[in-house]
Amino acid sequence: MTPQNNKPANSKNKTDLADTNKNDKEFIFALAGNANVGKSVIFNQLTGSNQIIGNWPGKTVDRAEGVLNFEGYEIKVIDLPGIYSFSTFSMEELVSRDYIALEKPDAVINVVDASVLERNLFFTLQLLEMNAPLVLVLNQIDVAKNKGIIINKEKLSEMLGVPVVFTTATRGEGIYEAVKEAVKIANSKPKHKQLKYHKDLEEQIDKVQHTIEKEKLFVGYPSRWVAIKLLEGDIEITKLVAEKSEQIIVQLNAILTEFEKHHQEKCFSTIASERYALASSIVASSFQQEKSAHRFTDKLDWFATHRIYGYITALAVIGGLLLWTFFVGNTFSDLISQGLNLIYSVDPEMSASAPLLSIIFNGFWGGINAGLTLIIPFVIPFYLLLALIEDSGLLTRVAFMMDSIMHKIGLHGKALIPIILGYGCSVPAIHSCKIMETRRERLLAAFAITFAPCSARTIVLFGMVGLFVGIQWALLLYVVNLVIIFVMGRVAMKAVPGKSTGLIMEMSSFKRPSIKIALKQTWIRTKSIIYVVFPIYIIGSALIQVLYIYDILTPISNALYPLTVLWLGLPAFAGVLLLLGTVRKELIILGASAILGTTNLLIGFTPIQLVVMALVAMLYIPCVSTIAILGKEFGWKSAALISLANIGTALILGGLTFHILNFFI
Amino acid sequence: MQKSTQDYMKTIYSLSKNGEIVSNADIAQKLNIAPPSVTEMLKKLAEADYIKYSPYHGSTLTEKGLKEAQKITRKHRLLESFLSNVLHIGKDKVHQEACQMEHTLSDEAEESLCRLLKHPDTCPDDDKTIPACDLPFSNCEECIQLHQKGLEQIGKRDKNLVSIRDLKNGTFGKISFIRGEHKILQRLLDMGLTPGTKIQVVKIAPMDGPVEVAVRGSKLALGKDIACNVFVELET
Repeated sequence: MTPQNNKPANSKNKTDLADTNKNDKEFIFALAGNANVGKSVIFNQLTGSNQIIGNWPGKTVDRAEGVLNFEGYEIKVIDLPGIYSFSTFSMEELVSRDYIALEKPDAVINVVDASVLERNLFFTLQLLEMNAPLVLVLNQIDVAKNKGIIINKEKLSEMLGVPVVFTTATRGEGIYEAVKEAVKIANSKPKHKQLKYHKDLEEQIDKVQHTIEKEKLFVGYPSRWVAIKLLEGDIEITKLVAEKSEQIIVQLNAILTEFEKHHQEKCFSTIASERYALASSIVASSFQQEKSAHRFTDKLDWFATHRIYGYITALAVIGGLLLWTFFVGNTFSDLISQGLNLIYSVDPEMSASAPLLSIIFNGFWGGINAGLTLIIPFVIPFYLLLALIEDSGLLTRVAFMMDSIMHKIGLHGKALIPIILGYGCSVPAIHSCKIMETRRERLLAAFAITFAPCSARTIVLFGMVGLFVGIQWALLLYVVNLVIIFVMGRVAMKAVPGKSTGLIMEMSSFKRPSIKIALKQTWIRTKSIIYVVFPIYIIGSALIQVLYIYDILTPISNALYPLTVLWLGLPAFAGVLLLLGTVRKELIILGASAILGTTNLLIGFTPIQLVVMALVAMLYIPCVSTIAILGKEFGWKSAALISLANIGTALILGGLTFHILNFFI
Repeated sequence: MQKSTQDYMKTIYSLSKNGEIVSNADIAQKLNIAPPSVTEMLKKLAEADYIKYSPYHGSTLTEKGLKEAQKITRKHRLLESFLSNVLHIGKDKVHQEACQMEHTLSDEAEESLCRLLKHPDTCPDDDKTIPACDLPFSNCEECIQLHQKGLEQIGKRDKNLVSIRDLKNGTFGKISFIRGEHKILQRLLDMGLTPGTKIQVVKIAPMDGPVEVAVRGSKLALGKDIACNVFVELET
């Protein structure tokens, strides 16, 4: 039995338990709705800083919960993932529907975008099918008003049979009323009216529901909802029912065959059409659209997807993001390292006099040092600006414009988001590959990310080549890297079996980004790096001190002699640097200064060697933290294969570059 | 129908995007025929009710003409796929070859070809959409069960259909037929693209990129592989 099938029984117990322990002043509310409707803003308004962000048990889906104290009530608020439907298209949809149907929160606050009412109501109707205790929140009502949209709240509430509240969450308007309505619902638990679809479809639903009830089948979900899902051909529910009763499936198939023959249409299509027909009729009697003038955002939209300006926008967004990161990062990195040196600076002399102290101070302190001077200054400004761009809707347009290029490496436009993230740090970038639909696409995107120069590799690139050979060489390597990502992406696309899924993406309208949301997003991403990377930095640095003190490094660099010196043309101590770099890439540059005893790298390297060294450093292996997250997300075999592909590419290109440059210069 | 007639129809179809007028000069250039002969032939086609022809402006396909044009284009593009993917004939040669063969290909052979090639969406030559077939069954279920691709369809194909990928920015249409994998179909339905829904093509991204459509008050971007499988009936 799969965990999913176990769930109904388990959760039932859990609910019972919760019920007995809970007093009548404690509630659980769930926030549900489409993506991009301002659900997270409302979640923040409700819970403030009382938030726990983690994963759903056993799933790689983010789960956010927080606590709200409201007029003597203690309310746990769960922010469900933003989804469009309760089919089984994604893990997010499964998690959400199981939560609502099985854990039975005391109230479900359905947040909808007031301007896109019809599409949002499609989801609301599915919540009603599940008998969820619902409050409908029409958010971004200010934007809707600007667009000339007028909504009759009373009429809408009457037709749906649930309370309706208008909110402008960014300004906190209407939030109080929304909670008040939800508390009322949670206290009174009213039975809301059953919305009916077309007679023909209702007959079939009744038939299946009747069979379910006659067979006394209990799977934890409401029987009408199970009937609809069976008619839709939902894989999970069909499997669940088939395990308990063959009889129902036999009857279901007979009903389906007859219905589809009669209507000349697939039943899942009929059900979707019926839901939309109902949504559309509700909208028709409660929603009015007046002609509005051409708005500024329409012009922005035209510009950002124009056949020429669109690409300029895309370039400016990506280029601007990287430049901003580099300049802000450098400034802060200097400031922080100066500050840290005031506290205690790493002393290389110590290793000889006091080995143990050196491991602790130079190792641990050095690790913390590097973490603070790298992650904080580079990663935070990068994620902050990225979150603002994401929230504004601009990134969607960039993904739209870049889709056909991404297709060439087996991905679609949405994959651009994790790959851009990879220019900050590979770890959260690989984590965010979750937004892709299939494992194949997540793997391809992660593979491309391992080649993208993260901030650590950018430091090596500019610190070695930009500083000592010339900025144009560093930029050239950056461009070469883009070509490598593209070529390797194509190779991987051919090597990994399977077909790419196409792009289906909502082009939500442009909006003024919320700094609060951006800060929260930045914190979530930064936190994931701190948790994964800091321990590895610290342990790694200490380990290197051990290797250094007990002179284990010399034999290693001797062993690597044929590769480093003969093939790549690097100085002999480069082997040690490459080993150090597996822990953190910028250790290559720190290590080189430590070994040479000077920050002037030209003492130990020729310009050609610096170029080769930087190229190899950029490609040769994902750092330990990246390998760790690759292993976690894709399994150790894939992690090993990706690392090997990195090493191979670096050695081949590094060697060729050395021999070619040596020949011509 | 004569070979030359079919060539004219095919040419007008490929030159016009959603019912735009095609000029005589363009046809003459594409077919490499002298303009006076083109004019004469177009008049004949107009008499047979395949096209609407207005002197000095050009021609548009009639309902009847569009049906014929789509059929011959479909045969042409299927043949190109076959010649290139199965017989491995060079891509530079398949167009010429297919031009010769398309006129003699029976409907039965067309159907088998489509199945053999696992229902291709686009042809290899220039990546153009292969039109939906018009074979005499109203639904391609049987056809689909014969192979493993897991394709399904929603909506009906009883009208003249155009893929949204072949439309111009700003065109309105009504969803009539979508082909693809179950998961994709379910998602498109969830997003509001149910049969009969009125949609507008807002913008097609350059370099064969995604198609942006406005549907039920929201805007969606559909990748070209999905867009070419979404067929609409044009508003008249």
